Amino acid sequence: MDFSMTPGTFLFEAWQARFSLLNGLSVTIGSSAITIVLATLLGILVGITLAYGWWPLRLLARLYVDFMRGIPVLVLILFTYYGLALFGINVPAFWAGVIALSAFATAHVAENLRGAVQSVPAGQMEAAKSIGLRFDQRLRYVIIPQAFRRMLPPWVNTGLEVVKGTTLLSVIGVVELLLASQQVMARNYLIIDFYLLAGAMYLAVNFALAQLGGMLERRFSYLRY
Amino acid sequence: MVEQVLLRAIGVRKSFGALEVLKGIDLEVRQGQVVSLIGASGSGKTTFLRCVNMLEEHDAGDILLDGDPIGYRVEGGKRRRMSETAVSAQRARIGMVFQQFNLFPHLTAEENVMLGLTKVLGKTKAEARDIAGHWLGKVGLEARRGHYPYQLSGGQQQRVAMARAVAMEPRLLLFDEVTSALDPELVAEVLQVMKALAESGMTMLVVSHEMLFVRDVSHHVVFMDQGKVAQAGSPAEVFGNPESERLRSFLGRFHGFF
Ligand SMILES: Nc1ncnc2c1ncn2[C@@H]1O[C@H](COP(=O)(O)OP(=O)(O)OP(=O)(O)O)[C@@H](O)[C@H]1O
Ligand SMILES: [Mg+2]
Repeated sequence: MDFSMTPGTFLFEAWQARFSLLNGLSVTIGSSAITIVLATLLGILVGITLAYGWWPLRLLARLYVDFMRGIPVLVLILFTYYGLALFGINVPAFWAGVIALSAFATAHVAENLRGAVQSVPAGQMEAAKSIGLRFDQRLRYVIIPQAFRRMLPPWVNTGLEVVKGTTLLSVIGVVELLLASQQVMARNYLIIDFYLLAGAMYLAVNFALAQLGGMLERRFSYLRY
Repeated sequence: MVEQVLLRAIGVRKSFGALEVLKGIDLEVRQGQVVSLIGASGSGKTTFLRCVNMLEEHDAGDILLDGDPIGYRVEGGKRRRMSETAVSAQRARIGMVFQQFNLFPHLTAEENVMLGLTKVLGKTKAEARDIAGHWLGKVGLEARRGHYPYQLSGGQQQRVAMARAVAMEPRLLLFDEVTSALDPELVAEVLQVMKALAESGMTMLVVSHEMLFVRDVSHHVVFMDQGKVAQAGSPAEVFGNPESERLRSFLGRFHGFF
């Protein structure tokens, strides 16, 4: 790599491309963040259905989770973008991607939550019943806080998968970090350099996410039996 | 004066699959009384206690608290389970202390006691904290109010669990072998709290293998055998005059005390 600031060198070209790259990065972070928030909220609902739902609902939730975990995310993204268009539903590429990724991540969060909830000892639910808490209160104040601690490591994993998964949005033309980098390469042919740069930026985002997870885990480390 | 009947069980039946565990239990607990359930392992003591609190749902018969049926109502000749909200409200009037303590591990001792006070009884945080302090003081743990369960000994955890149950001012307290999971040297401190509760006039239904405690504290002892009440009466009657061979051999296991 040539680090002098003349046209055609990496530093010069990177500086020239800074706005495109930062734009790409913000699309990556934005779509990841929206997906993680959506998938966490929906995943809690689906996960609780898996653990406690009325059986027909539970069966539906189970089918959904197994289906979503069984098909490639890319197929899901293409289906959401092109497939829905066939039914006359036109979703902007960014949102089609976010919907598909959320549908995928929801399944993972749900399955993790079910496992975490069911690993809380049965006596906890019984103690919560015995002081008169209603079902929703038992979940909110007793079960979920305990399941949360167990859910953190797999939840962070899902987050990392989502960030990496946003690269697939490039296929339907969303200019996220990968596609933005490729567009820059098309102008300056510094292919290796900019793939390395993109890789480093993904690494930085995921490192930050993992740190956040680690922080939360330490914050809740008093949860022992 | 004879106190009024607080809890009345009439013909309570319960099966797990093909196994009938309760075969028609009749039993009364009067206001302010301590009633102890004794019997061999598997005789159905725990199952009965759990039915009283709707942790298990009985198949037939009635359990009445203050005359109100628990868990089920009969409407037009049909037995219907009550709504989740109604059952929760009934449970709030019945406290339970468990063998395994079951404290909430993510909450401090004080927060364990406060949870039901704020969320079920609608007290403010400040009121709940005062009440929690009062009851933690009564069980000798005022100084540990900020400790998490894992920072407490088994005996201390069980005393917090008792504070959590009494603080709700239940009509009735259920105890299921609350000293069985404790190291022997911690049993006395827990029994002492139970004795103090009994003396304060709390109505208690107790399953216990601590026969000396049962004999000294109970007003009434019920011997269960194979899902039925085999003999019931005052401690003097049950321990002094066991009617059946099974009760004699059951009592004989306790080091010849009786
Ligand atoms: N959830 C359950 N499913 C199936 N069988 C059960 C269940 N709970 C209890 N039983 C059975 O019911 C019978 C009575 O159990 P229970 O726990 O009420 O006895 P117990 O008198 O409390 O005994 P112990 O003194 O050992 O605690 C036992 O045979 C037990 O195996
Ligand atoms: Mg038992």
